Amino acid sequence: MYDGVVADLIDELGRLPGIGPKSAQRIAFYLLQSDPADVRRLAEVLVTVKDKVRFCAICGHVTDEETCRICRDPRRDSTALCVVEESKDVIAVEKTGEYRGRYHVLGGAISPIDGIGPDDLRIRELLQRLTDGEVTEIIVATDPNLEGEATATYLARLLAPMGLTVTRLASGLPVGGDLEYADEVTLGRAFAGRRRLDA
Amino acid sequence: MDSPAIVRHISLADFRNYEHLEVSLEPGISSFVGRNGQGKTNLIEAVVYLSTLGSHRVASDAPLVRRGTERALIRADVVRDDRSLQVEVEITAGKANRARINKSPVPRTREILGIVRTVVFAPEDLALVKGDPAERRRFLDDLLVQRHPRLAGTRADYDRLLKQRNALLKSAGAARRTNPQDVTRTLEVWDDQIASLGAEITVSRRELADLLRPRAASAYAELIDSGDTIDFDYETSVPHLATTDIVAAREGLLAAMAERRRDELDRGVTLVGPHRDDLLLTLGPAPVKGYASHGESWSAALSLRLACYDLLTEEAAPPVLVLDDVFAELDASRRAHLAGRVAQAPQVLITAAVAEDVPALLEGARFDVMDGTVERCG
Repeated sequence: MYDGVVADLIDELGRLPGIGPKSAQRIAFYLLQSDPADVRRLAEVLVTVKDKVRFCAICGHVTDEETCRICRDPRRDSTALCVVEESKDVIAVEKTGEYRGRYHVLGGAISPIDGIGPDDLRIRELLQRLTDGEVTEIIVATDPNLEGEATATYLARLLAPMGLTVTRLASGLPVGGDLEYADEVTLGRAFAGRRRLDA
Repeated sequence: MDSPAIVRHISLADFRNYEHLEVSLEPGISSFVGRNGQGKTNLIEAVVYLSTLGSHRVASDAPLVRRGTERALIRADVVRDDRSLQVEVEITAGKANRARINKSPVPRTREILGIVRTVVFAPEDLALVKGDPAERRRFLDDLLVQRHPRLAGTRADYDRLLKQRNALLKSAGAARRTNPQDVTRTLEVWDDQIASLGAEITVSRRELADLLRPRAASAYAELIDSGDTIDFDYETSVPHLATTDIVAAREGLLAAMAERRRDELDRGVTLVGPHRDDLLLTLGPAPVKGYASHGESWSAALSLRLACYDLLTEEAAPPVLVLDDVFAELDASRRAHLAGRVAQAPQVLITAAVAEDVPALLEGARFDVMDGTVERCG
């Protein structure tokens, strides 16, 4: 066992997601051997990130200003809105380069076990954004698991009377994969969502 | 009929009382003999685990991991048509298990289902007849999963949805006075999903019960001379639920949920669905539970297991038969009959406290089990 502050550092690092005791120890010793200036810079970023970073007043994506870069960008298509669970999902969709609309970050998915209901998500803010009638299509991009599906169904039912086009991201086979390695649920959904081949 | 899969070698590490164990097996009969508490049942429990991803004795994985260690390992070499396959599962209590086929990791543990298939006869089988409905649901589900591994995923998802919906019902019970419309809207989201999976499980179980019925009836008739025949009905929690197809069952479950909404909110639990179904066993005019004698109950339990064995054999290939300490429980005629039925099976694993408990007809390879070691002795 390590003494005092080293043990504290390992404990704190071990609380981070994806970091086990061994990795925590490795990072701790890496930091101990690093240049003091590097460590100081890391510490400062950690403090600043908590002070400065906020959530976009419009979409809920992380930003360090009042509104995020995407909401401020006038070239974005303001008729399409992609609804995701977390900020990291915004980044994932952005990486595709396929989508030019805007986003709405819910801040999670409905999960009664964890005490998360519709009121705990940014659904009221979503409805608020739809009042001016500019948005015509909502793309629901919640995770394809039980909670994500429940959230998608909830939104679909809530938005149905508003006359919007509500779509859900397709589930299917991973590109570059082999059919034989797909699980039955994925393969079943890929079948259900098959499309006509253009000759 | 396909060729049967034979378990030729078992390796255990930190499983139950075994720190490390290697046992080679042959086709035909193997008996594991030893005093109680030495590890006979633990050994065959490992084989059963590979076939159902669960123990036939306990509901959770925690007791399977040897005390003071973090994970247990079960590995088996399975031979079928001269082709050898190695399957392996690593059990970590409270965490996701990992599985490998021929040393390559598989993305989901349930992909090893179907490689080793088992039918187990155990003293606990009496609970199939005399115990709670949960025992009979598990009996059906264990067999379903062996026949259709995909349903293991459906079952796991259903259990999670049930937890989510029950959590919601508990919290919504209080909120419904202030905002009844909101409560209904949120509940309906879960109703949809749970009814779809619930319908699939209900219909699969009912179809399975239909397949087992004639096979259990003829097995029972062979076991006992009396005129009564064994029969059973898959009884759904919703009266007269259509179980002919999944769409109809889904509609029925949704309607029942809507009808019982008030009850569900009052009690904070989901009152309709396959988690409340039962397999109702009858012997002639009377239900088995409460009416049958001890001997009749045993015959009913044995005939259910024999029906599983016959069904798996007809549909694909004979499964590995596991007779766990069962002969000591049976009278002479049932013992002789069971021995006669299983003697020709491609692979039979027997455990017994004393060698005399094993019927002479089932003499085969014998292993002595003592304090976590297993020695071949004839």
